[in-house]
Order: sequence, then structure tokens, then C-alpha cells
Amino acid sequence: MKAVISVTGKDSMGIIYKVSEGCAKCGANIIDISQSVLKEYFAMIMIVDIDRLNIPFTEFIDSMSAIGKANNLEIHTMHEDIFNSMHSI
Amino acid sequence: MYNINDINETIAMIREENLDIRTITMGISLLDCVSDDADVLASRIYDKITRCAENLCKTGEDIEKMYGIPIINKRVSVTPISLVTAAIKPDRVVDIAKALDRAADTLGINFIGGYSALVHGGTTFADEALIESIPEALASTSRVCSSINVATTKAGINMDAVAKMGRIIKQTAELTAAEDSIGCAKLVVFANVPEDNPFMAGAFHGVGQPETVINVGVSGPGVVAVAVKKAGGCDFSELAETIKKTAFKITRMGQLVAREASQRLNVPFGIVDLSLAPTPAIGDSVAHILEGMGLEKCGTHGTTAALAMLNDAVKKGGVMASSHVGGLSGAFIPVSEDAGMISAAACGALSIEKLEAMTAVCSVGLDMIAVPGDTPAETISAIIADEISIGVVNTKTTAVRVIPAVGKSVGDSVSFGGLLGEAPIMKLSSYSSAEFIARGGRIPAPIQSLKN
Repeated sequence: MKAVISVTGKDSMGIIYKVSEGCAKCGANIIDISQSVLKEYFAMIMIVDIDRLNIPFTEFIDSMSAIGKANNLEIHTMHEDIFNSMHSI
Repeated sequence: MYNINDINETIAMIREENLDIRTITMGISLLDCVSDDADVLASRIYDKITRCAENLCKTGEDIEKMYGIPIINKRVSVTPISLVTAAIKPDRVVDIAKALDRAADTLGINFIGGYSALVHGGTTFADEALIESIPEALASTSRVCSSINVATTKAGINMDAVAKMGRIIKQTAELTAAEDSIGCAKLVVFANVPEDNPFMAGAFHGVGQPETVINVGVSGPGVVAVAVKKAGGCDFSELAETIKKTAFKITRMGQLVAREASQRLNVPFGIVDLSLAPTPAIGDSVAHILEGMGLEKCGTHGTTAALAMLNDAVKKGGVMASSHVGGLSGAFIPVSEDAGMISAAACGALSIEKLEAMTAVCSVGLDMIAVPGDTPAETISAIIADEISIGVVNTKTTAVRVIPAVGKSVGDSVSFGGLLGEAPIMKLSSYSSAEFIARGGRIPAPIQSLKN
């Protein structure tokens, strides 16, 4: 099972580090990252494997949101099923 | 497999275009609660609802979090109450409404539907008692919704019930006058009512349904409006195609949530309702979709055609996305709950006559329309008769939810707040329909009903 983490906000040093550290702590394995910086605006979409999470998925969502709040970023974590169901037949 | 554009599209739909699941509604049969003692009946009903739907809100919130998709309402619909109150005294029926309200309060849901009676072929003593109790029931509760089915294509129109509902709506308006006659916002008169509708105020759990069931209503006028805008000045074939694809995506999300809720609650999945349900929020309006197609203001000439195309494309896109489609499934045009409709009605572009024409090609009917408080009961009955005839002849669901706002006249407006929104008082014909309504009896089923 995978999850999609979207990160947006004002660019600053160490965003990817903080997000990936949060993933590693919870046992989420990063599979893919797409990231861009437009002017000073940072946007990243990360796909992570959640099969080996060491906490329940809902707690993982909360922990990622907390990282967002602490660093003035919008971080949303969504189960991949929603993308699979909306975009494939 | 999805790609980065798909991810961005989904996130934009949810965060910027107001895509949401409008409601997860659990249908609960109350037939086993029946008793000839009103207190026993009330407590059995309270216990059964709170037991069956105990985890409804929590499950909804968990799913919301897992998929990052807002689920706005968790609600309950029950067996039409007149079917379980047949053996109790008529003056105690209102106590059952209060039991439903207490159950809704305990569960933390905002509405519970099913204070209903099906009287299309005629009215039983129990139906009569329930209908008479509606004004007091809606005035003394805050979460109970009531609906009465007065006609079907098979049975024709029960004009005695139509006449009575005009009076009941007026009484409900008077008893809730202090709150802009809000009781009428929770009372719907139907033709061809579906048994599995998840949307309020018309939801109830039909007798052909299982013990409990999960029905889901999706939303997303904002998403369709953006898609229409992006499509630019294309022709109607291309526009219909765009709407179909968007409706498919919206419905797939509804199907996913319905399946997940059904599994987690261990309750059978019933249907996904494909309706486009607006809210008063900016960017969540069906009227704005129609205006996006090229109409200067919703209600002008061309509006019915635009709505017919929209309604059809939404159904075609949605039907393949869900294993079971049901309920009302069509675009809603409630005036007070749609920012674009409110604006169009306020500036005079949208009249009640145009709304009536629009209901012939969409779901559901004359919905959340505020009319002058001094409108005679017979005129309200005549409005119901007109609207119900459209449903009966066209073999579709139609309904009337009008608010004769006490003390208000054309130029005033009513405000209910929240999802119920606000509405300008609309002008009605000043000529009488009283003699027509006084005839009573039944309008026979149309020839379309003879299909066997």
C-alpha cells in the first residue's frame, strides 16, 4: 500500500530533510519524489510505501501534519486508493 | 496507475473546488420496534438507532482522514414512521419525533429522516395521525426531517393529501415563525419518492430495503464548474464529454467511500447517489455551472436546455463509476442552498415558473423556495399539484419544499444559516386555485403507468 504526501509552502532550508526524517521515523519508505520551487514557493509530492509503518496510518497522517505546522508548511497525506479509484477504470 | 497530474488534479478538486462527500446516510429499519405502547415504541426506536449507528460518525471521520476527502454529513434515515405508529394513540405520534431527535443528538448527526408517510394510493389512520402531527413535530425538534409521498406514476395523485399538505406547510411555517419558518425547510412533499435516497430532507428507509444499509451522496458542483470553465468555448458534444469525465471521477470517489464505510460498519452497501448538490459556499453552485456554459444569468432563456444537458452528462459519467446507483441522482436546484440561484432569484432573473420548467429535466423539484407568508394554503397545494404532475407524467421523482415565511413578502428574504442558506421571497400568481384544490379525490394514474 502506498500513500501520497503533498507538501506546499514558502521555501526554506531543510524541508525535504524534515519530511523524509518524519517518514523514516514512522517506517514509511519513500518511493518517488517530485519537487519544484517556483519563485519562493515550494511544492513537493512524495509517494511512500506504508506497508511497514510502525504506527497506525491515521497517526502517521497526524505526525506528518504536525511537521507541517511546526515548519509553516501545508502537509497532507492521503491513501493512494483515492487516486487509483478516481483515475483508473 | 496514477501520475503526478492526476495527483495534482485530485488535490485541487478537494482543496480549491469544494469536492466532498455530501453525506453518508445509514438506513435503519424500525419495523421490529413496533408496539401499542407509545413509551415502549419510543424507547425501542431510540435504542435501535443509537445501537446501529453508534460508530457512524467515528467511521466517517476515520475515512475522511484516511483519504483526505471531506465527508460533510453523517446521517440516519429510518422506516417511514407512520408504519410503526399504527397501534399508538394519534396524540402520541409526536413523541416518536422527539425520540428520533434525541437519538440524532446522541449520535452527533445533524439530521435524521423518515418522519414520513406514503399516501399516494390513499391515507391510513396512522398516516393521517402522522401528517397532522408534522407541524408540532418539526417545531419541537431540530434534527427531524419529514417527507410525504402523495403520488406515483402507478397510483396517480392523492389530491386530498395534496390539499392537506398545503395546510400542514402553512401550520408548520406559523409554528416556526420565530426562525423564518425553518420547519418548512425540513418538510418535503414527493411524487415517485425513492426508497434509498441519502439526501435530506427527503431521506427515509424504504420497506424494500435491508435491515440496515449505507447510502452515499456525492457532491461537486464546483469541480464541474471548473471543468466547464476550462473547456472554454467548445461545442456541446465536447462539453458533455468533459462533464461526463468529471462526473465519473467524482462518483468513483463516492463509490470508494461507500465501500469502505460499508466494510468498516459491517452494513451492506446500498447505492451511490449521483446528485450534484450545491451549498451556499462560493464555488459550490449548480447555477454557476449553467452560467459557465454561456448564460448571462441562471433563469434566462436556455437555462432548461443547459440543465438538461448537465443532468444527463452527470448521470452518464457517474453510472459506470458505481456498482449501484440510486437515490435521486440528478442535479439539485435548491434556491436557498445555491449562491448562484440566490443571486439569480434576487435580481429577478429566476422565477418560480422557470424553476418549475427546470424541474422537468433534473432532480428534484421546487426546492427551498421562500414564498410570501400570506400565501393561501390552497395556492401552496396548487404549487404541489403542478410539480407533482410533472413527476407523475414523466415517471420521475419530483418534490416541493416551499417556505411560506410568516410576516415576509416579496422583496424580503429569509436566512436559515448553514447548509440551508438564505432565500429571497419569490413572487407567486395572485389568482386563486381554491376551487380546484377543494375538489379532492384522486387524479387517475396517467396512461404511461400501463406498461405491463
